[in-house]
Amino acid sequence: MMPGGNLMSNNHPQINNTIPKSPYPLSREDFISDQMVKWCPGCGDHAILSAVSKVFPEIGYKKENYVLVSGIGCSSRFPYYVNTYGFHGIHGRAMAIASGVKISNPSLSVWIITGDGDSMAIGGNHFIHLIRRNIDVNLLLFNNQIYGLTKGQYSPTSPLGAITKTSPYGTIEHPFTPGELVLGAQGTFFARGIDVQPKMLTDIMFEAARHDGTSVVEVLQNCVIFNDGAYDYIASREYRDERTIYLEHGQPMLFGANKNKGLRWNGSGLEVINLGENGWGINDVLIHDATNPDPGLHLSLAKMNWPEFPVAFGVIRAVKAPTYDDLMEEQIQRIKAQSPIKCMDDLLNSGDTWEVD
Amino acid sequence: MAEKQTNQGQPEHVVIRFSGDSGDGMQLTGTLFSDTAAYTGHDLSTFPDFPAEIRAPQNTVAGVSGFQLHFGSTKIYNSGDLCDVLVAMNPAALKTNLKWAKKGATLLVDVDNFEPKALEKAGYSSNPLEDGSLSAYRVVKAPMRMLAREAVKDLGLDAKSADRTKNMFALGMLLYIFDKPLEHTYHFLEKKFAKKPVVAEANKKVLKAGFDYADTIEILRSKIHIPPARLPKGKYRNITGNIATAWGLMAASEKSGRPLFLGSYPITPATEILMELARHRNLGVKTFQAEDEIAGITSAIGASFAGSLAVTTTSGPGLSLKVEAMGLAVMTELPLVVVDVQRAGPSTGMPTKSEQSDLNMALFGRNGEAPMLIIAASSPADCFYAAFETAKLSLEHMTPAILLTDGYIGFGSEVFRIPRMADLPEITPPIAEPNSDFKPYRRDPKTLARKWALPGTEGLRHRIGGLEKTDVFGEVSTDPLNHEKMVKLRAEKVQRIAHVLPPQEIYGETEGELLIVSWGGTFGAVRNAVEECRKDGLNISHTHFRYINPLPLNTKDVLSKFKKVLVCELNNGQFVNYLRMNFPEIPYLQYNKIQGLPFTVTELCEKFEEFIK
Ligand SMILES: Cc1ncc(C[n+]2csc(CCOP(=O)(O)OP(=O)(O)O)c2C)c(N)n1
Ligand code: SF4
Ligand SMILES: [Mg+2]
Repeated sequence: MMPGGNLMSNNHPQINNTIPKSPYPLSREDFISDQMVKWCPGCGDHAILSAVSKVFPEIGYKKENYVLVSGIGCSSRFPYYVNTYGFHGIHGRAMAIASGVKISNPSLSVWIITGDGDSMAIGGNHFIHLIRRNIDVNLLLFNNQIYGLTKGQYSPTSPLGAITKTSPYGTIEHPFTPGELVLGAQGTFFARGIDVQPKMLTDIMFEAARHDGTSVVEVLQNCVIFNDGAYDYIASREYRDERTIYLEHGQPMLFGANKNKGLRWNGSGLEVINLGENGWGINDVLIHDATNPDPGLHLSLAKMNWPEFPVAFGVIRAVKAPTYDDLMEEQIQRIKAQSPIKCMDDLLNSGDTWEVD
Repeated sequence: MAEKQTNQGQPEHVVIRFSGDSGDGMQLTGTLFSDTAAYTGHDLSTFPDFPAEIRAPQNTVAGVSGFQLHFGSTKIYNSGDLCDVLVAMNPAALKTNLKWAKKGATLLVDVDNFEPKALEKAGYSSNPLEDGSLSAYRVVKAPMRMLAREAVKDLGLDAKSADRTKNMFALGMLLYIFDKPLEHTYHFLEKKFAKKPVVAEANKKVLKAGFDYADTIEILRSKIHIPPARLPKGKYRNITGNIATAWGLMAASEKSGRPLFLGSYPITPATEILMELARHRNLGVKTFQAEDEIAGITSAIGASFAGSLAVTTTSGPGLSLKVEAMGLAVMTELPLVVVDVQRAGPSTGMPTKSEQSDLNMALFGRNGEAPMLIIAASSPADCFYAAFETAKLSLEHMTPAILLTDGYIGFGSEVFRIPRMADLPEITPPIAEPNSDFKPYRRDPKTLARKWALPGTEGLRHRIGGLEKTDVFGEVSTDPLNHEKMVKLRAEKVQRIAHVLPPQEIYGETEGELLIVSWGGTFGAVRNAVEECRKDGLNISHTHFRYINPLPLNTKDVLSKFKKVLVCELNNGQFVNYLRMNFPEIPYLQYNKIQGLPFTVTELCEKFEEFIK
């Protein structure tokens, strides 16, 4: 890693918003906390932590303006390990706590750290409402398809039939695909990454920071203890190229070791095509448009799963929409300008009053 | 009460109850009379009695809407027990409200509405105006609908619009009876209907018609003239408890320089606070209507972490949902005001009825050892000061706090002497300086409050959360002795607030036979009853608690000087048990009412007499 990986040395585009920028370049050391990291060796959370401490200096906000808010779970211990302002909340409520932080002080860069149980089960309601409001925060969803901290119960993202400690005969519940919920809740930003591909993770996180509005980044994360290998079918090097696709805005949707496979819209749905076979060529392959307001194709992409399709990584959706916090500030400025009441004395003495002498 | 006559045979104070169908405009009529009463110098207190249904069928008992006003030349403590004058615009209103009228009360009825169909809908088998069943009352049968129509006949209104003015007829009659001017109401009507001059004119004509009608029929030998009250000099307004709560919080925000954030989910009878604060973007208030009560409080906790004066408002069922998060605020030692406008429980209970039954939950309703500051407001106007004080103490002592009010004082209104912001005490939260030697759980040696380090401040990055933390340094810890120490520090921090509280006061002698104890929203009725009994020679004193946790330092001294201590509360004995727990040696007696209704002065007086024997 470059020491002091600074503003100059990355090739990300510029971030333009009102969060104060650091007057000097920061490095990952600026974000390392003095706490001992207590995740199991080999846990995917380590890689995500590393990606965050790498990307924060690249994003370039003042280090005091980052706030990490988490719920409860292995993943939610995250804030203790990053040297920022941090708030370790209660199970499922990080989304609501973070909403209060951001609305209260819009000049903060707020990052929600949550697990699949934390955000999809107990916090499911807060999750969809956060997204619906489009509050300008970033949410990292550590999806290990299991309850890690409580030692291995199935979660809302565990696949149907998963054998866990609370489903010894297999689950009989249909899992959520987080991306579907995000889009169903009118999400403006959804991306997916995976713990074993750190470069992709930092790129996605940077894009999340750059997006105005609620940015949801689902990180497929391996729990070595209670759900080891859950993503081996797509994560291992031998399958990765054939079973996943990295979507980049403006680029054709190609995958495969030789980029010889593509995704095509067949009129009613997505379809995998092999270039050069049956007359398919590059012109038949869809170009990824993350900024299309219509969520239809984004939904299809978010839902893709092997073996029928490759699993999609990258920024699937990033569309512009007014944020809650901007609308709040604008409304306050507008009403302040219109109102004759400028302070509490004005309010107390407004309307029907009378004197007694 | 009205029986106490001044030397001219005039009462010192009077209770009027306005009742009618939801569509009859009784809330407005009551409010307008109250406004005139206030302008003419009376002290007063009001309480609306809405139907639970939004649009119950017309002329049914379920659709009756009421408004009670108590005004006079003396200090008015509450909206009164039984009324001296009952306005009943239809049979259903008479049916449901007669029980609130004194024997001998004047009943002002719109005789035009006592038609067979309306009588039947109200459940009368015969017309009470004719069958002699009202012989104990003085019944004034006014043909309000007919005379209202008559008064506006030249204005070309349709029948429905004409009939809608009949509440002004009743108001006009009352203004005459109580020797009040019409001008204030005229003025109001002109303003309200500025865009519909015909409607304004119609209402004014009907008001005058009612006034003149009362004059011609000589209802009373002479008008009732109640002299103005001797209120302290100053500027006044009417205010309901919920509005006062909202304003008290806003005042605390202005004084402390901390922006106000409210995270809340609508629930009766607390919603008005959210609605009122939502209006005040003009003063920078940020209201967040959350997806549920949990998001309401947790968003507020986030806002508090970020440096706001953070508030969440709710009523019983919502408080239940906030319990876990209150523990988080205790653990993170952040300022937070939780307002609970109590209603009758358990569960959904009786949403529109008042009770003091959330005290136990406020005191004990959290997992672990999780004490919070608790203050209870005494009256509608006191909600302003109670909210201000709760916010001040929460901010300065870095502790979450609960403000208990209730539906009765939340909806009720009272005359409020407008304070000057400059006269309110300063609020100085312990905000950590940039780049100072900050440790998350280092405490002020006097208050034990930790410092508030706001995100965005240079040099203060730190992590807090719901896990137990080490003393001073705030690192995650399961060390046994550290936990014990932290539990005790958190409790002690709340207890030390007692050092800045005023001492508990006694009304009457400081020792004697019987001490009456009350807390929260029952102040008015209890003080009124104690005054009445003392005038009748009963040797009783009264002490009223606003500070619940911690209790004032002299509480035990106050209680221990009496042979008997009677604790009156609108629940099954929660405060008396709290006192028993703290001061077991005191000889407690208790009087509990759990009917969703406030205390009446009459029943309290009876109890006091009974207990002193
Ligand atoms: C109110 C509440 N209910 C239950 C728990 C127990 N609990 C802690 S973490 C957790 C599940 C965590 O799973 P997930 O969110 O997927 O996080 P992971 O540990 O997998 O990162 C549960 C059920 C709790 N702490 N609080
Ligand atoms: S239990 Fe699983 S999720 Fe938790 S730290 Fe260990 S490996 Fe990671
Ligand atoms: Mg999990």
